[in-house]
Amino acid sequence: MIRGTWLVVVALLCAGIVRNACGEDELDAGPPLSVQAVRALAASCAGCHGTNGHVVEGSKVPGIAGLSRDYFAAQMSAYRSGTIPSTVMQQIAKGYDARETAALGAYFAAQR
Amino acid sequence: MQRRELLGSLLAGGSLAAIGACTSLPSRPKAGRVIVVGGGYGGATAAKYLRLFSDQTLDVVLIEPQPAFISSPLSNRVIGGQMQLSQLTVSYDGLRHEHGVHVLRDRVTAIAVDRQVVSLASGKILHYDKLVLSPGIEPMLDTIPGLAEGQASGRILQAWSAGSETVALRRQLQAMPDGGVFVITIPESPYRCPPAPYERASLVAAYCKQFKPRSKVLVLDANQDVIAMGALFKKAWSELYAGLLEYRNHYVLTGVDAGSLTAHFDVADDVRADVLNVMAPVRAGRLAVESGLATINERWCEVDFLTFESTLAANVHIVGDSIHAAPAMPKSGFMANAHAKVAAAAIAAQLSGQSLNAEPKLANTCYSFVSQSEAIHSAAVYRYVSDAKTFKPIQGAGGVSQARSTLEAQYADAWAHNIWADMLA
Repeated sequence: MIRGTWLVVVALLCAGIVRNACGEDELDAGPPLSVQAVRALAASCAGCHGTNGHVVEGSKVPGIAGLSRDYFAAQMSAYRSGTIPSTVMQQIAKGYDARETAALGAYFAAQR
Repeated sequence: MQRRELLGSLLAGGSLAAIGACTSLPSRPKAGRVIVVGGGYGGATAAKYLRLFSDQTLDVVLIEPQPAFISSPLSNRVIGGQMQLSQLTVSYDGLRHEHGVHVLRDRVTAIAVDRQVVSLASGKILHYDKLVLSPGIEPMLDTIPGLAEGQASGRILQAWSAGSETVALRRQLQAMPDGGVFVITIPESPYRCPPAPYERASLVAAYCKQFKPRSKVLVLDANQDVIAMGALFKKAWSELYAGLLEYRNHYVLTGVDAGSLTAHFDVADDVRADVLNVMAPVRAGRLAVESGLATINERWCEVDFLTFESTLAANVHIVGDSIHAAPAMPKSGFMANAHAKVAAAAIAAQLSGQSLNAEPKLANTCYSFVSQSEAIHSAAVYRYVSDAKTFKPIQGAGGVSQARSTLEAQYADAWAHNIWADMLA
């Protein structure tokens, strides 16, 4: 199950699908992130959004596991630009570039 | 023989196959054994993520003397009367049963870094391939004359860490007469959780406003100003607790008298209290100090931030409040959780011969309550800068609340439950 998740991420990265899913954001130069790097990056979200994006029952902070890549990328972009109101995410989203956001979107989309 | 004792004996004998059989773990080839010392935000996270990041191949032992985890974040709400300690308490069973971590209720008494073994209070000796230390903090009682006696008699409490002292401080507040003076002294930065003393003062004031309105909360700070979310705290104090909460800066504590509950300062006059909550200067936890690992100002442990490995002892990784943090990085439970994930990823890579993640990133959000129903936050994202070999906050990211709100209080509660699950479930 877990291994399958990685294959999906790797396949998406290799195929460039992830890069095309970034909407309006400009992509930063650089090689695709490794599987380990994406997993570590996703762990930085877990302090609020739970391990692999799964929150506890009744959590006011939303879970992010299983969100579509496009929705994830669009939300992060909107937080960055301030077009949707937020308390914390407008500040956090600015810490992740388009390449990282795309990789995170693919990662969380693959979580069930 | 108790099951735990049996497991401990087997561990001491180094019989890995027997452990697998004993605890019904899958009998996979072991990639190595990692011992994690301390089951707080840093240690519990390290134990879980070592298992996750190694695809369950590493043998992970967590050593913690307490029977269950108790969160210090949110514990000011116990002092203020909104929560019970039991609501901050989480079992280690999730680590045992969901993640296959061997949790030993024991205490490490010594580390031999040259032989890669730890000695336990029970007499056991365990070998490690990698050691993760998350020893937290220890108050430096000896730096304040009279404080050790006050602490021993229970007259002067600190409540730096959630537990029996938290409940005792709550009882002191409840027993204080209307018209009493509740004094909180704050040490010079750095200390554990920069906003914690200001949150505590706010919640004590909220209690007094409701039940003992003639009382006074005196916040006596050794720092030049409120060191975290200052504008937000001061706005809340002036709008909610005017005439009740008084903040004074440049109050460096030089001594206490437990009998009369008097605090002495370097310049300012003595202050008499009905409840005297001294938040003394702190340093790395005792084990780190006694092991000779806390050499920065004789208080904090220096680490290589790419791996959180000690600069003094190979294969010893140190996370949480006990490290000499990167500039602008607070000592917080959230940061300890983040340190632990970087350390776990690095250890999993090192023990399996893979390359290290060259660009780790950390995020932090600290919530603080300013009243019974409203909270504020401070957030930051950090990236590893290889040239400087440290983490630096990403410019343009991070910040603080625009205003205190009940929404952020709900987020604070959700954050706590989600991070506890991230560590322990």
